[in-house]
Amino acid sequence: MTETNELIRLSAAALAEKLAAGEVTSVEATQAYLDRIAEVDGGERGINAFLHVNAEEALAVAAEVDAIRAAGGAEAEALHVLAGVPIAVKDLIVTIGQPTTAGSKILEGWHSPYDATVVERLRAAKMPILGKTNLDEFAMGSSTEHSAYGPTRNPWDLDRIPGGSGGGSAAAVAAFEAPLALGTDTGGSIRQPGAVTGTVGVKPTYGSVSRYGAIAMASSLDQIGPVSRTVLDSALLHQVIGGHDPRDSTSLPDPLADLVAAAKTGNVEGLRIGIIKELHGEGYQAGVENRFRDALELLKEAGAEIVEVSCPNFQYALGAYYLIMPSEASSNLAKFDGVRYGLRVLPEEGAMTIERVMGATRAAGFGDEVKRRIILGTYALSAGYYDAYYGSAQKVRTLVQRDFEAAFTVADVLISPTAPTTAFPLGEKLDDPLAMYLNDVATIPANLAGIPGLSLPGGLADEDGLPVGIQLLAPAKEDARLYRVGAVLESLLEAKWGGPLLQSAPDLAAAVAGPVETLVGSQEAK
Amino acid sequence: MAAINRDDVAHLARLAHIEMSAQELDRMAGELAVIVDSVKSVSQAAGDDVPATSHPIPLRNVFRDDVVGHTFTAEQALSGAPDSEDNRFKVPAILDEA
Repeated sequence: MTETNELIRLSAAALAEKLAAGEVTSVEATQAYLDRIAEVDGGERGINAFLHVNAEEALAVAAEVDAIRAAGGAEAEALHVLAGVPIAVKDLIVTIGQPTTAGSKILEGWHSPYDATVVERLRAAKMPILGKTNLDEFAMGSSTEHSAYGPTRNPWDLDRIPGGSGGGSAAAVAAFEAPLALGTDTGGSIRQPGAVTGTVGVKPTYGSVSRYGAIAMASSLDQIGPVSRTVLDSALLHQVIGGHDPRDSTSLPDPLADLVAAAKTGNVEGLRIGIIKELHGEGYQAGVENRFRDALELLKEAGAEIVEVSCPNFQYALGAYYLIMPSEASSNLAKFDGVRYGLRVLPEEGAMTIERVMGATRAAGFGDEVKRRIILGTYALSAGYYDAYYGSAQKVRTLVQRDFEAAFTVADVLISPTAPTTAFPLGEKLDDPLAMYLNDVATIPANLAGIPGLSLPGGLADEDGLPVGIQLLAPAKEDARLYRVGAVLESLLEAKWGGPLLQSAPDLAAAVAGPVETLVGSQEAK
Repeated sequence: MAAINRDDVAHLARLAHIEMSAQELDRMAGELAVIVDSVKSVSQAAGDDVPATSHPIPLRNVFRDDVVGHTFTAEQALSGAPDSEDNRFKVPAILDEA
């Protein structure tokens, strides 16, 4: 293995240590990642995790950090622990100096005049931003196939989906194109891609990370969070982006707990870990269930008490989500009308009125899934249906919250598989929206209730050798518990595997450069 | 709850300002009927005594001090606009008879 190869495989925490010790420079690390992106991201069989690569700015920030470190003194002392550690940002989050597309044609070429709060915080920590990552259009999807810029491929198998909507961020981290990334999670868009790519992803407590500058899909569900290869790395990043922001009126005023310390606790003795009866077993792939059982066994051996809880109202959660999310999305996406930003398409014939321009612009600018959800949301909010649909769904939200409250009286943390299956082949569910929605069945309840969730690699499924995700859930504002349990489970699993799961991923450079096999026509199908 | 049909979809598409071809309407009506059917159990899940939740962790009266904060220049605000004139967004006629 070459030196570059070793450098890009370091965890963010390990890279940060080497940077601080002067063993490697940020320019070297940033360039190594840019080289890796050049090697595996483009071309016919490339990962396509990045929609934009921000090489010049990233290297400039890296050089600035290196200069500060070289000069020493108070400024060097004051550097953030992650200073100089590169990061990728989901292209739903706005950035000055780089385009933001949200994976949509309607925003092609658009540049934001402001930075999202989380981006400001990355800049304050002097983390070089490598670029913007691919996603399902406006974060609507579970496979990244609904991106207007082509699907992202799963580094474990290039003909499979990397999950969604944050498939770009998860694949970038899994393919060693970045040590860290930002994602957004409305119904599982951080956790499910983490599960199917063998990476870690965290959806923080609703309101604990500012949403200012995240292009809104469903405002009462959306949450920005960290994507990484280790639990500790997510804790480090979470600590950078979390905390109150006066520019987000739903931002919680509570101070952030010490998540890094939580990840370093190192024991789960006496903790009560609850299996959610409704979130495993029937409907879950056998290999997923097996790895889930293994994880429970390890936690039990480590001194945790395993209990079973029941959340009977989860049977309505998916339905409620697919009413609330489109309703909020239909309202949030009304602003893309060809007036203030992005695409404007003129009707081919007839009167040139603003209404017709909007209709033509939105017809050309939005993809099928976005149109489906806007129409569904418009329906659920329309007079005569509002109470039956949106109103009922909001009541289910209360029931789901009550289920969690009851569960957390007997358990400190809840556990389930993150997704019912491993990564499925590209194109398989593209024409069956309902089958696609079922991917989110285990992740959605946390968004409805606003509680935090973490997904970490649980091993490979017996039948297909693909990664399985284990999901941990904690009460609102108790994100620290996820890091404590997640880090312990991770170290137990890695001891069993003899190293991180990603070390058993196939050699990507060879696979990407390999012969073009029959391509699944996911792009053409759009 | 009533099923969703092609006329409904055409009406909703007009409300949502999305032009749709006849073909698209046909396909969308079929897909949405399946989705709507799958979520209908939601309306029977909760009784009248269950309050609705609109935000998972509600905050009340989130105000800031009434002072001018950061504002965009007209140039910044218009930087992404498809068309502008005299520091304003420029749009096609807003009335049919134009």
